[in-house]
Amino acid sequence: MNYLSKIKNKFFSDKIPEEIIVQEDESIQIATQRQLIWRRFKRHRLGFASSIVVILFYVVVLFADFLATSVPVHYGAARGFMPPQPIKFFQEGDFLSVCHVIGERNLESFRMEHTADCNNREPLQLFGKGYEYKLWGLFKTDRHLFAMKNPDANVDEWIHLMGTDKQGRDVFSRVMHGTRVSLTIGIIGVGLSIVFGIFIGSISGYYGGLIDSLLQRFIEIIRSVPTIPLYMGFSAAFPADWTINQVYFMITVIISLFAWTDLARVIRGRFLSLRDEDFVVAARLNGASTMRIVFVHMLPSFYSHIIAQASLALPLMIVTETSLSYLGLGLRPPAISYGVLLKDAQNVQAVAHSPWLFLPAIFVIVVILALNFMGDGIRDAADPYQEV
Amino acid sequence: MLNFLIRRTVFMFVALFAVTVISFFIINLPKGDYVTAYIAQLQATGSLVDADEASNLRKFYGLDRPLYIQYLKWISQIVLEQNLGFSFEYNQPVTVVIAERLLLTIILAIATIIFIWIFAIPIGIISAVKQYSFWDYLFTFLGFIGLAIPDFMIALIMMYLFFVWFDFSPGGLFSPEFSQAAWSYARVMDLIEHMWIPIVVLGTAGTAQLIRITRANLLDELAKPYVVTARAKGLSEWKVIAKYPVRIALNPAISLTAYILPFLISGSVIVGVVLSLPTVGPMLVKALVAQDMYLAGGIILLVGFMTVIGTFISDLLLLWIDPRIRFEGS
Amino acid sequence: MTTKNKLEKKSILEVRGLKTYFYTTDGTVKAVDGVDLDVFPKKTLGIVGESGCGKSITTKSILRLIDYPGRTIEGEVNLKGDTLKDSVDLLKLKQNGTELRQIRGGRISMIFQEPMTSFSPIHTIGNQIIEAIRLHSKLGKSEALEFAEDWLIRVGMSNPSQRLKQYAFELSGGQRQRAMIAMALCTNPDILIADEPTTALDVTTQAQVLDLLKEMQEKNGMSIIMITHDLGVIAELADDVSVMYLGKVVESGTIRQVFKNPKHPYTQALLSSIPSLATGHRERLPILTGTIPHPQARPAGCPFNPRCKDFIEGTCEVSFPNQEIIEEGHLVNCHLYNK
Repeated sequence: MNYLSKIKNKFFSDKIPEEIIVQEDESIQIATQRQLIWRRFKRHRLGFASSIVVILFYVVVLFADFLATSVPVHYGAARGFMPPQPIKFFQEGDFLSVCHVIGERNLESFRMEHTADCNNREPLQLFGKGYEYKLWGLFKTDRHLFAMKNPDANVDEWIHLMGTDKQGRDVFSRVMHGTRVSLTIGIIGVGLSIVFGIFIGSISGYYGGLIDSLLQRFIEIIRSVPTIPLYMGFSAAFPADWTINQVYFMITVIISLFAWTDLARVIRGRFLSLRDEDFVVAARLNGASTMRIVFVHMLPSFYSHIIAQASLALPLMIVTETSLSYLGLGLRPPAISYGVLLKDAQNVQAVAHSPWLFLPAIFVIVVILALNFMGDGIRDAADPYQEV
Repeated sequence: MLNFLIRRTVFMFVALFAVTVISFFIINLPKGDYVTAYIAQLQATGSLVDADEASNLRKFYGLDRPLYIQYLKWISQIVLEQNLGFSFEYNQPVTVVIAERLLLTIILAIATIIFIWIFAIPIGIISAVKQYSFWDYLFTFLGFIGLAIPDFMIALIMMYLFFVWFDFSPGGLFSPEFSQAAWSYARVMDLIEHMWIPIVVLGTAGTAQLIRITRANLLDELAKPYVVTARAKGLSEWKVIAKYPVRIALNPAISLTAYILPFLISGSVIVGVVLSLPTVGPMLVKALVAQDMYLAGGIILLVGFMTVIGTFISDLLLLWIDPRIRFEGS
Repeated sequence: MTTKNKLEKKSILEVRGLKTYFYTTDGTVKAVDGVDLDVFPKKTLGIVGESGCGKSITTKSILRLIDYPGRTIEGEVNLKGDTLKDSVDLLKLKQNGTELRQIRGGRISMIFQEPMTSFSPIHTIGNQIIEAIRLHSKLGKSEALEFAEDWLIRVGMSNPSQRLKQYAFELSGGQRQRAMIAMALCTNPDILIADEPTTALDVTTQAQVLDLLKEMQEKNGMSIIMITHDLGVIAELADDVSVMYLGKVVESGTIRQVFKNPKHPYTQALLSSIPSLATGHRERLPILTGTIPHPQARPAGCPFNPRCKDFIEGTCEVSFPNQEIIEEGHLVNCHLYNK
């Protein structure tokens, strides 16, 4: 009976052999790993739709100044709490135009009340001239998506796509700039985390043993400490005379200082499972250097996991920055970020009377959800069999 | 079992040590030391301090010694005298200042964990048992949103909605008449009445996460052969699920609690600020802004301790509930 | 027609036209596609076939243990009682209803391939055996405990009172399968379904477990449905055998009939792949060419036609062959014998 059992393995395949499945669809057979992931990702509808939203947000990051209508820090007390003004189409020969808004103080409630007077209109121009800025810090230009046609009209007084805040600053322009700051902090932070994560994770996973368990305990300790109070402690120590850029940079560093652990765990897990794979052993036997094995042979085989993990870390970074700035311990005005904008929405009464102050919150929620869904989609596509 | 226990205990102490080091580091982060801040405060009230007095003060506090000596002094004071230093903002020892707030923070954290368990585990079970049903999709979707939106945004949205709909702003943990009162039955009831909003706000993310984990684990377990064995034995479906896979799926629920505890505490700091709760959160922000570092450091230290010890407790729970860990390594 | 054939032998379990399909996102898999089986009292029916031929699904369908996305859509599973009135069609019972649950573990017990994962990892062996006993008897806790201990002794377990307090991961593979058998038999079932009970065990333990099953059958007088892909196991244990290929029974009969006089080309191929001491050892074993088709890409007509050495063009790929009676009790579905 025993030899029978051995022989049976030859004739009675225990699994359905791969090649049979493959024969069904020739195209799957020749698809590369990347094509397979891409195909699965496209099938993940929510994730795919979200990735389009994410792309739109990063278009805003690239073209914040172009999309903004007025200088985001230009204030004017007289323009405070103006409601959003829609753009009118095809009014008396003008393709695009905006109405004049008249503010009047209600003498009973002492609140400003705004009415639009559409007899007094100003035409708008697409790609017209507005304030001057440097695109990507390189090209000086003054083109904007929306600009006043009449060079004498002050854009600050006319275009308020999302209304104005208490100081009369244009909320739309501020959201565009806030998006740029918050999302770049996310990207840079994730970049730094990837570097930390790959470094620690690959050491841990490649060498295993004592080094691994020490690093794992270290990661566990970092994870078991509540981060927000720590971030707060660190950022409270920033000297008051630091420039916006210095604060910006340090915030990014601090956030990524604690955020790399998830990534390191994933990478370590992958390394551990790949360490004894034939192709790695073969590379080692061929005398490849450790660096070469890690970076040429092992890392590329799970770069999709890194991307997935990174896109899941991104929203976390954005939320952290937003939280810190909201508490007044991160970026401070005149810098603009989502957190700084949300701080304006802190006063419930103000928000109740000027609900458009809450629009930045919707932007934050949309981008966070989109990033999460996208990250999930990528993860599912990269590794359809992994557990949650 | 002993092995596991020893490992976790050692880990707890190492983590506690790490927390003390980080806290001490943060205390010493701002330019200038405690005496500088103290002098600045005295000067603000009009009294002047000369250089001699300042250096005497420094000697008194040991601030002229190397940092590690200062650390040892600081930590031995904490361990031996339960002395976390002095808050010059409040002109009182830190321990006195934060005692009640810390208690409320702990109560809030525990209540939130209970809330998470009560809601997430049954929902996770329903989602898994009735996979692909309407409820499954609904909870999965809600869970996703709950997980993605940060607590303090939920708090902001709730504040806004309450104000617009009910013309009432939900803040604090007590009605005005109880906020300064001594503890009494009425005060406890008042606390319970006020606590549900912060609990819901803080618990949403954790609930979402636990639903996901419970669902995924239960689905995994439901596909295992021992479930078929139990069914083949003639056990009723409800008993099959309740006795076997749910028990096993509870383990990750417990380990997850340890995992979400730091996030919960982190979140409670910010939510505390948004909802102006009398917890340590708003006090920490104030202390950091005012550079009242012993107070800030004390809060960070205790909050860290809370998390580490909470994690340890959940490890013990896991040991109690899962025989596989008890036999590990033996 | 089958029943007519076996009038003199009264079966205890009769499966007719059983169909269990799996509705997956990639299409319908006909895992069990019209299976007939007869189990006779105190006899062992062996079901043999390659992995994926639907033999496990067949037995799970009998006890209605098929989960989403699978569904048993057609057929009869008649469990016979003492009188005709006591007979019951299991497929007509409410899934997971009381009546069916009385039968599961009561009249029909089941043991599985992987005794490790078939026990709950967080409950003791004793807990799980006692649960089975108490589900199907009125014994109290302490009586059930004694009874469980008694059964562990009967299946040859050393130190039974100690074993009851242990977890599955503390036992060896053989001990686990013994405990599993004790758990299945302690309710004194009429039929024991053994789903590859020896596959996960090493060779010596395999033999022990098979001996134990034989011994238990003699002592307790139950019928066994033995599922295996190991022809050796069938030869050792079975009285009757059904050969399955891709969800269909292609040949069935007594062990003598099928092994001595295999009619279906698939059965012939299976049997000829067993090395024999009688033939010269330099001779190469015949090879069953090809592999099992993907479940969704099942060939039309006779499912075996792409691998069949006796393929008849224009017939085999067109229709599934009718059942032919070779002799009393020996049935085959093959165009070679269709007149």
